[in-house]
Amino acid sequence: MPNQTNGTTWKGGGDRPFNASYGKMMMWFFLISDALTFAGFLGAYGLMRFKFLDSWPIADEVFTHVPFTHTSMPMIYVAFMTFVLIFSSVTMVLAVDAGHQMKKNKVALYMLLTIIGGIIFLGSQAWEWKHFINGSYGAVQLNSGEIAQFVDKEGHQVTLESFATKTHSERTQHTRSNGVWFKKEASIPAVTLTQVLDGFKNNPNISLRTQQIDRATKTKIILSRSEALNLLATSKQVVRGANLKVNEYGKTLFGDFFFFITGFHGFHVFSGILINIIIFFNVLVGTYEKRGHYEMVEKSGLYWHFVDLVWVFVFTFFYLV
Amino acid sequence: MAHTQSHKALIWKVFGLLSVITFAEVLLGIYKPSALHLSKFLGTSPLNWIFLILTLVKAYYIAWFFMHLNEEKKWFRRAIVWTLVMFILYLSFYLLVEGGYAGGTFNGVFKSLTTFS
Repeated sequence: MPNQTNGTTWKGGGDRPFNASYGKMMMWFFLISDALTFAGFLGAYGLMRFKFLDSWPIADEVFTHVPFTHTSMPMIYVAFMTFVLIFSSVTMVLAVDAGHQMKKNKVALYMLLTIIGGIIFLGSQAWEWKHFINGSYGAVQLNSGEIAQFVDKEGHQVTLESFATKTHSERTQHTRSNGVWFKKEASIPAVTLTQVLDGFKNNPNISLRTQQIDRATKTKIILSRSEALNLLATSKQVVRGANLKVNEYGKTLFGDFFFFITGFHGFHVFSGILINIIIFFNVLVGTYEKRGHYEMVEKSGLYWHFVDLVWVFVFTFFYLV
Repeated sequence: MAHTQSHKALIWKVFGLLSVITFAEVLLGIYKPSALHLSKFLGTSPLNWIFLILTLVKAYYIAWFFMHLNEEKKWFRRAIVWTLVMFILYLSFYLLVEGGYAGGTFNGVFKSLTTFS
């Protein structure tokens, strides 16, 4: 009969189906739904990436910052972040392992290390966001919405300030202090569109490139001078850094997905740190020692490893492929 | 519940493996060998396939040895893994195929007509 069981796997209504406790099983169910949520986000990113395959920003040209240096070094910083998160996963699983052996002090120590790892990761992400938002070179947005970037003879990107004409501008920043108190404006860009266009005309060494990618070399196509001048005649505004409406790296969608997906992941890391702190104090006051087992550490461990697991995929899809 | 033996050796082994894979990914990501990066294989570059496979290997090691799926009952493990694999394959297959189609149409027909960025 179909409802016959062997009495070990599923004891028909027993309190530990599949030999997993209720809490652990529910944590797994939550993680499955959360994994599908992230799959949906990354899938949407893939959809748009494939749709705009010929004009998507190249990650190696966007994420190039490393603390204490000013050279462009792609991958290094994000590799460091990945390593921090993997290491905090190791200390977490060591805490679970120590819990199995009822070693209270070791559990506490490893939990503390995990929390510190999480805080380092979150701080690193904030640093990365800061550089993404502030931008490094600046660009011009055309009426078509496309982003045009400026490069030198070797094809390396140059900052707008390096070639824009330095003219005196009458325009001053309007702040609350020099008008009615409730009115202010967004900060005026350091260079104006006229200065950039002027500088470009006077600088034959500077070239322009659009979002279009040459499929054969997987690099952005650099325009000829006449093409560039024609295109720049349709420019709309100077773009510096990134926000949800426009960014200097190219497609607006790229910035939006970056903020949304790494932000959503960062929020998971943040809540993971909070959960770990609560569990850490529970370990210290001996809650689980009295309970006779450290299963709560295992459950928060599952969540923490999941956060690491998601980052492995975010790392691949945002920085590698 | 209270296991007596420790898995420390295994944990450090898995950590070593994950580090080596990450290191390999980063090296490939920095140098991007053009033979792998600029050629095409099954819809994308061989380099992207390498990244994808290495990512799945990492995911397997995290799920099996850090999240202890290897210690769970076989059908509990399958309920988790098969569900995810099935739904994610299904979703990403359609999204990527549709994205590729939309891109092809967009670039071929609508490019000159649109002001989309």
